[in-house]
Amino acid sequence: MLRPYGRPMAALSVSFSLNGSPVTVDVDPSARLLDTLRYQLGLTGTKEGCGEGECGACTVYLDGLPVNSCLIPTYQVRGQRVATVESLDPGALEPFERCGATQCGACTPGVVMTAWWIREHPELLGTHSIRELMAGNLCRCTGYDGIVDSVAEALRETGSGRRET
Amino acid sequence: MNVMLPGSLSEALDTLASDGAAIPIAGGTDLLVHWPVHVEAHERTYVDLSRLDPLKPLGWTADELMLGGLTTYWDVIRDERAREELPLLVDAARQVGAIQIQARGTWAGNIVNASPAADGVPVLMAYDAVVVLESRRGREEVPLDRFYSGYKQMKRRPDQLVVGIRVPRRRYSYQVFEKVGARRAQAIAKVGLAITRSGAGWRVVAASVAPTIRRCPAVERLLETGTPIASPEALLPAIAQDVAPIDDIRSSAQYRTRVMARVLYHDLRDFWGKPG
Repeated sequence: MLRPYGRPMAALSVSFSLNGSPVTVDVDPSARLLDTLRYQLGLTGTKEGCGEGECGACTVYLDGLPVNSCLIPTYQVRGQRVATVESLDPGALEPFERCGATQCGACTPGVVMTAWWIREHPELLGTHSIRELMAGNLCRCTGYDGIVDSVAEALRETGSGRRET
Repeated sequence: MNVMLPGSLSEALDTLASDGAAIPIAGGTDLLVHWPVHVEAHERTYVDLSRLDPLKPLGWTADELMLGGLTTYWDVIRDERAREELPLLVDAARQVGAIQIQARGTWAGNIVNASPAADGVPVLMAYDAVVVLESRRGREEVPLDRFYSGYKQMKRRPDQLVVGIRVPRRRYSYQVFEKVGARRAQAIAKVGLAITRSGAGWRVVAASVAPTIRRCPAVERLLETGTPIASPEALLPAIAQDVAPIDDIRSSAQYRTRVMARVLYHDLRDFWGKPG
């Protein structure tokens, strides 16, 4: 097991649902969900950007809501549902490619996670703009117009019953 | 690192009573910032609150909104009645990071983190919120505007947990939350202001301009007495009595003072010189 920091401590056994399947991992109490996913469970789609809950590259769903996995101790997800970018339909990325909303790719997994959540909850647009809902995902390459357009397109396609895949 | 995983509030209070250095952790949005490099923080004992389900929901009674000790920003953002009756709570919550933080960060955590730049605390204070603390020794209630005594100093003993926040329901004839940051989203306030007017009078609460979030009694008095104010500069003596801004990485004391004066002057231009 890779220990990127800290000294070895008594392990905690943590069970949760990961992308629909039950998993149990022994983790250090100081382990972050981000590191457990990447280094123990091999799900490297979730990226670390800032490590302070600002950039959103580490976005996963916890019981259905987007959260920053860099700010969550792994023991806190015991008994909960975690979903990572690996669980998404590969078609989720397609509108982003079409709208020029991908470039270096560092932010893309997090961006696509938040975008898919909005697509699954269009009722949020009654109170929020796409731009506000996407504000927790920073992109330093493309700017945000393409990202906002991609989410709008994905929502339109959902509305017309067309699948992106 | 040592983490206690209590299954009930009672167990959590026992742990806090027996270990005065234990740190309660809820959403982790403050404690885990840059976590890997904060090695000294890994040596401490934490009490995980995340399974204390009875502390999660918010509730409405005839007289008040009661936020639970684990109620998140997102819980309030999604509450239709909060949007209608206590809109500043929703305005401020929507400016705390974005969904990823709003889904995890708690109002109680915002209070005990005691940042002078908090977004949740000023609006709660402008609504006369009361902090409900519980410990093995019983329950205590402290009005939020008397909760802080200095930078990161507050009236919470280490054995006490914030189990709720009471927000009275009142009719407001004026209310606004202003946050001035480097950009619209994902910013920390250079200056924050929450202003309300109800039957209880004016409340002017300032953020990021003093060691704590605090009310501005001198500015409130100008409003109550209807003192004529003809320019932002005319507010400076009252502001100087109420706050003590500093230069730091986010802004300068001079900029903060000027912005505070201008925002107050322009937001309240219909009220200066009109008593009552």
